[in-house]
Amino acid sequence: MSQKKPEKLIDENDVRLDGRGLNELRPIKIDVGVLGNADGSAYIEHGKNKILAAVYGPKEAHPKHLAIPDRALLRCRYHMAPFSVEERKSPAPSRREIELSKVITESLESAVFVDYYPRTSIDTFIEVLQADGGTRCAAITVASLALADAGIPMRGLVAACAAGKVEGRLVLDLTDLEDKGGEADLPLAWVPNLNTIALLQMDGSLTIDEFEKVVNMALEGCKQIHALQKETLKAKYVTVKEEAEE
Amino acid sequence: MKSSIMVRVKQKQIAQLVSIGKRLDGRGLSDYREVQLEVGVVGRAEGSARVRLGKTEVMVGTKIELGEPFLDVPDQGVLTVNAELVPLASPTFEPGPPDENSIELARIVDRGIRESKAIALEELCVEPGKKVFVIFVDVYVLNHDGNLIDASALAALAALLNTKMFNYEVKEGQIEVKPGYTPLPIKNYPIAVTFAKIDDKLIADPWLEEEQVMDARITITTDKDGEICAVQKGGYGSFTTQQITEAAKIAKEKGEELRKLVVKG
Repeated sequence: MSQKKPEKLIDENDVRLDGRGLNELRPIKIDVGVLGNADGSAYIEHGKNKILAAVYGPKEAHPKHLAIPDRALLRCRYHMAPFSVEERKSPAPSRREIELSKVITESLESAVFVDYYPRTSIDTFIEVLQADGGTRCAAITVASLALADAGIPMRGLVAACAAGKVEGRLVLDLTDLEDKGGEADLPLAWVPNLNTIALLQMDGSLTIDEFEKVVNMALEGCKQIHALQKETLKAKYVTVKEEAEE
Repeated sequence: MKSSIMVRVKQKQIAQLVSIGKRLDGRGLSDYREVQLEVGVVGRAEGSARVRLGKTEVMVGTKIELGEPFLDVPDQGVLTVNAELVPLASPTFEPGPPDENSIELARIVDRGIRESKAIALEELCVEPGKKVFVIFVDVYVLNHDGNLIDASALAALAALLNTKMFNYEVKEGQIEVKPGYTPLPIKNYPIAVTFAKIDDKLIADPWLEEEQVMDARITITTDKDGEICAVQKGGYGSFTTQQITEAAKIAKEKGEELRKLVVKG
């Protein structure tokens, strides 16, 4: 089961392998409140990525010495299922997963009012069930919805999306093949209510000019994702309200 | 970082200074501390370097071994970067397996070297799919006074430039060591430049007290052509788009200055 590497990722009419244009997102489907036990949960299908997130908390921090006197301890675990990628991934957390857990936590913390719940912990668990490039971004998008679903006070949602450079062209929302075969990948998370960038990473090679363009391209992607996030939350809570009124 | 009263007191003082373009240690906002570089500090290692960035001190040693290539790139050597935050370097470092901070540090250094294609890994293949050279870059933090990323990346590049490979010949699938050494094939020189954001201002090369009170940090690694090859944002705060593009421009300039310290001529 190995994907054949195609000769060209983008054809002469700027059409990508999956039929998308250069600045088009993959189809995205989001759902909130999908798990019974969690205080908040959400599920996203972003292209072929399938990711679940669950939030537990605020609750007493364990182990206790980790509790912070003036704010909540926000913890985030990004984890990939062994069957989520082409070759089985060992379920033990890899160095990549540990790094991603750290940067995802940091990006979400800029949006959460952690000082509302001193000495507690808010735990977010992210499970990547199927991966196809851009999982850290989809993970942030879905985790911020799970936090909202858990009723955690936030400055706003966090929307994330990658952009990059493939075969000399700047493109939005890279797939795994495009990431591996392309020249650069830049994942970015945006807090719309603050208009600030909460996560930014890049690897590859870009001139300063291209870098600026790619950042703006990713921001445009985040805007579309943010609209979807709001829609999903509204749809869910409007139904809840209707049920309550009946 | 746990917030304490001391940190809050300092935060006010540091932020006030930064707002008028000054810093506690007298530097300007985009000034680096003094950089001292020594190479060949450990004879047993194939290459080594020690960087002092103010009071921050990092040693990097490289070792070369024979190993197997990765399945997806059977004809290329392997680069492995590891970082140890050894307990003697700071009261906050504890013994034990690498934590998220040391893993992140190693991966930022790794990304700069890998994405700029600093090492010609294709020249390090002995037998495609079977035998290649594995380059181990071990970052050893000896004293933590802030900005471990830039110090480590600088020391790693210097150590790689200092690395000597033994000469060899392949006879019937066996490696025969020949006398003499050749330098490792280094093609690019990535330099990491880190900024802390304090009170909506960017300051380069934050030292420990500034790191303790910063909202967020951003590291931008540029290569010898001034192209950006790696970026990493860290910390709980966030940046505006303008701050990020400003950081990219300063990183390019500072990168050129720092590169001259490591790459002679």
